[in-house]
Amino acid sequence: MSNFIRTVLLLVPFVFPTWGFAQHDNHANEQHAEISDTSSVACAVPYHGEHHEGEKHEMPYTDEVMLHISDANEIHLFGDVHIPLPCILYSKKEGLTFVLSSAFEHGHKVINGYVLDHGDVKRIQCEEAAKQLEHIDFTETRVEDGVYNSYAIAHHSEYLLEKPASLLNIGSATWFDFSLSKNIASMLLATVLLFIILGTVAKGYKTRDGQAPKGMQSFFEPIFTFMRDEVLIPSIGPKYERYMPFVMSLFFFVLFSNLLGLIPFLGGANITGNVATTMALAVMTFLVVNLSGNKHYWQHIFWMPGTPVWVRFLLAPIEFLGIFIKPFTLLIRLFANITAGHILVLVLVGLIFILGKNGESIGGAVGGGVIGLLFAFFINILELFVSFLQAFIFALLSSLYIGSAVVDHHHDDHHEHEVAHSH
Amino acid sequence: MLFLAVEFPITPEVGIFFWTTIIFLAVWFFLGRFAFKPIQDALKKRENDIQTALDEAKKARQEMANLKSENQALLAKAQEERALILKEAKEAKDSIIATANERAKLEYKEMMDKAKEDIQNQKMAAITDLKNQVGQMSIEIAEKLLQRELSAKKDQEQFVVSLVDNIKLN
Repeated sequence: MSNFIRTVLLLVPFVFPTWGFAQHDNHANEQHAEISDTSSVACAVPYHGEHHEGEKHEMPYTDEVMLHISDANEIHLFGDVHIPLPCILYSKKEGLTFVLSSAFEHGHKVINGYVLDHGDVKRIQCEEAAKQLEHIDFTETRVEDGVYNSYAIAHHSEYLLEKPASLLNIGSATWFDFSLSKNIASMLLATVLLFIILGTVAKGYKTRDGQAPKGMQSFFEPIFTFMRDEVLIPSIGPKYERYMPFVMSLFFFVLFSNLLGLIPFLGGANITGNVATTMALAVMTFLVVNLSGNKHYWQHIFWMPGTPVWVRFLLAPIEFLGIFIKPFTLLIRLFANITAGHILVLVLVGLIFILGKNGESIGGAVGGGVIGLLFAFFINILELFVSFLQAFIFALLSSLYIGSAVVDHHHDDHHEHEVAHSH
Repeated sequence: MLFLAVEFPITPEVGIFFWTTIIFLAVWFFLGRFAFKPIQDALKKRENDIQTALDEAKKARQEMANLKSENQALLAKAQEERALILKEAKEAKDSIIATANERAKLEYKEMMDKAKEDIQNQKMAAITDLKNQVGQMSIEIAEKLLQRELSAKKDQEQFVVSLVDNIKLN
């Protein structure tokens, strides 16, 4: 198994540049919408866009980058080859829909009002149209008044698409996407790897009880003891054992997700470069910290000891905001670091297409390739380091926050007793 | 128409949040229970074992050192005792010899005294005997003299000499 990991790690920089660079072709499949009379479809708005059915749709490179760092409902391997993923969709009107992403026929078929827009499931907003339409020609996204609006175009009419609920509009959203998307599938893979590898390591301690560590045990034991002796014990103190599984889980989960995100052939899933993922982890930290906060923790937030009373009034709102800002920085830091690394590699690889002017200039493409791949190689090595570093920082800061919540302030106790005595 | 048609993915999607939460809770629960706890326990046990072994080794070393010093003390004591015994033996020997000498001297003196006394006694007895014999002989001579006629003076003298010659002092 360690050989496998080593091989994978070594392969990463060499295979990364091949990370999904197929041109998206929305019209490969010459499917015609069945309804020819658009006037019979509700909510039909005439389409005045420049694209036409069957025409090659060149996408700006920036969009390619954004698509590659986004989540998707299918895993795009190359060209038109996709690994279909199960879509679990819940709409307040339609109820539960369970289909494979391949059923959308690369964005041409409408299933229960859902369409696939660039690998992402969206829903036709107009419920009547959602019921009536069975096929669409293509999808298009436009920026209108600073808002990204996606449309499904069927027979010269366009229909506004609605994105799945986000945490920001969870109240007003009409449908939810609980699909095992690209990110979730990769996350599950990371978790399975985590279970297999750490399970084997843990089993080693049972079967080889009282013996020296061997194989994978020897690889993971120093990491484990480092996290325990350099992170958990110094930041949490004597009560560290209660929080050890949480912090270790955070570290290994983030680490494995980071590393798996570096492997391009799995669709280059940007697992920890997704704001919802890092938010979920940060919320975990937030809950663990605040649910285990002792009276000193809350006292330090709302009535800071050792400061003049007027300062305490000033500090209370700042400290209160700090409760939320601390996990927020966690989520932003991890998300930004991993996303930035992915964007950097994609941009460097994109030099091939930008300097090559989409195939017009062979020399430019070769030059861009040499420079881009060289830099992408180094960025990949850097990302490998960043994967470990960010996992470490996430775990370290989480345990520091936990430590601040559970630490005993003996000197304060003492001080309070003295005050009590003097009265 | 060149614009950014794909939004920067910064919207936290409910589905991803939901699944991440579920998956992470599973990781936390299962890895915590079946990986991190056993690893931690095993490491702690091993650390304790190592500490115990070290302590025991230290203790054993200490005991060895103690034993060694005890042995040395014992040896020194034994040597001291040996020296004492030897000394005592020598003293005993000396005293025995001295006593023996004393006794020997005493006995010798006693024996000498006794011998002297005996000699004295014998001497006295001999003298007495001699006196008796001389007296006897004198009487005998006188008898013989008286029996013979004292004719000539010369003969007389010869006679006396022969008489004296005849006296054999044993």
